[in-house]
Amino acid sequence: MRGRLVLAGAALALLTAPLVVPTYQILLLLPFMAYAVVLLGLNLLFGYTGLVSFGHALFIGIGAYAGAVLTTHLGIRHLEAILLVSAVAGGIVAALVGLLCVRYVKIYFGMLTLAFGMVFYTFLLKFYRLTGGDEGMRVLRPLLLGQEFSDFGKTAYLAGPYYYYCLAVLALAALGMWRIVRSPFGLCLRTIRDNPLKAEALGVSVTRYRWYAFVISGVYGAVGGALLGPPTGNVDPTLAYWTHSGNVVFMTLLGGFSHFWGPVLGAFVFIYLQDLVMSVVPYWRLVFGAILAFLVIVAPGGLMGLFTRWTAPAADAPRA
Amino acid sequence: MSGIFHAAILFLVAAGLQVVFGVQRIFNLACGSFYALGAYVGVWAVSAFVQAGGPPPLFLVPLAAAGLLVGLVGWVVERGLLRFVYGRDETFQLLLTFALVLILEDAIRLTWGAAPQSTSGLYLTYGQVRLAGATIPVYNLIVIAASVAIALGIGWLLTRTAFGRIIRATADNREMAEALGVNMGRVYAKVFTLGTALGTLGGALVIPATAAMSEMGIELIVEAFAVVVIGGLGSMRGAFVGALVVGVLRAAAIALYPELEMILIYLIVIAVLVFRPRGLFGAAVA
Repeated sequence: MRGRLVLAGAALALLTAPLVVPTYQILLLLPFMAYAVVLLGLNLLFGYTGLVSFGHALFIGIGAYAGAVLTTHLGIRHLEAILLVSAVAGGIVAALVGLLCVRYVKIYFGMLTLAFGMVFYTFLLKFYRLTGGDEGMRVLRPLLLGQEFSDFGKTAYLAGPYYYYCLAVLALAALGMWRIVRSPFGLCLRTIRDNPLKAEALGVSVTRYRWYAFVISGVYGAVGGALLGPPTGNVDPTLAYWTHSGNVVFMTLLGGFSHFWGPVLGAFVFIYLQDLVMSVVPYWRLVFGAILAFLVIVAPGGLMGLFTRWTAPAADAPRA
Repeated sequence: MSGIFHAAILFLVAAGLQVVFGVQRIFNLACGSFYALGAYVGVWAVSAFVQAGGPPPLFLVPLAAAGLLVGLVGWVVERGLLRFVYGRDETFQLLLTFALVLILEDAIRLTWGAAPQSTSGLYLTYGQVRLAGATIPVYNLIVIAASVAIALGIGWLLTRTAFGRIIRATADNREMAEALGVNMGRVYAKVFTLGTALGTLGGALVIPATAAMSEMGIELIVEAFAVVVIGGLGSMRGAFVGALVVGVLRAAAIALYPELEMILIYLIVIAVLVFRPRGLFGAAVA
């Protein structure tokens, strides 16, 4: 009950934010929502299936570059089309990469995903004529539901229509993920995480289910990545670099991987804290590295872990 | 030949990665950052040496000493951070080393600034030789020789000394070694320090040939990662062969078709992981 109240409050706050909060803060919420979509997918692997991908920036990069290629080279500027193409591309790549990756667990899974991520990064960096190399590519302002919003300035467009569009995508993504983790399929994934041998003995095809989870998480990663491009108007290869993969895992841990909303909270805190720290000193990595070390050693449950330690454990906590 | 020089440096870093993974089962993402740290401290030590009026041909002495001494950072890191997470899932250990990557990258930037640092003009102090039609700085040959000597030294340490036996016993069966009276905390601290020192020494030795940059660590770690995957996680012989493969292939790719440089290496890594996940010399996958 309390969880629902908090959720409703958060949803209300996000809906009304553009009316009351300064535009700058609203613009910070855009990457938050994009990362939140990515992390919902990542956590299906991390929190629910027990596989830690160190190459998820691969899918972020695919989504972001899909948006860039469609808007600048192909003249397709409908955001719906961009998201669809991203989702399909992310899904196809995840299906192929996943076929190889899901046969391994733990450190080997992490290394294989990292290697695939770096293949894509190098491709983006080296094939200058296709991808613009280290300068990246421009992303033109996309049409939302066919609307141009041409009388809106860049910030008004981002803080207004684009903001609500992202919010809607995030809401749909969260709803979809909620249904997935609550389904028998989600239950199977948790069984696989906790005891793969038992899952296999109960007739759950462990590798196939891991593969499904990987594909879904790839689709989420690409969709979130596609939302990251338009606010900056530019995408570059660092989106696919391995440290970016590390950062999204960090966000998940920060919020708490064992709670459905943990990663979303993690993305929110990460984005705002990064902005706050960078307004004081440019060395955000130093501060964040210390925070990460602290989290890993003292509070591996993340912020949600700390909250639920104070209140009653949430019923939907997958580690419960 | 520049490929072999690169391989010699890569071997040092990868060997540091291997010894830590072999014994502690921690994949140390920060080994690249230790390499960067070694490079910066190496630049600093050599500049200080030259400014104090030290004869340039002797610059190798402060360089190597600095590289080895910075390795003590490893001891601090192990005792101060890593030892709290040994019992945990390896995901957390991996993330803790990632935290170190972030911290060290900015710590370096904070200390030495963002501009690249170099020891200008010392690279060719020892002159050049012509070998099989190519001109090679003698310094490269010294580093290659040092790297081979270190490889042999580690081999000797692991197979011929009491400490090496303890390390191998711990890698083989931690609980049994502990039951037989091995002080695990001390072994882990020593091993991690050794691994770190190999990385920092690699960083120190590379800088006469190139400038120290704050990104050099996170770039090198992916190459070192390729080396250990190709060679097999935890295997010293694997690190040696893997470093040669990566170093030479990279140099060949740069000469023939630059776009393929790193992609080729990652594709080999993926092929190795798929067809032979334990690498060329690794033990069976745990």
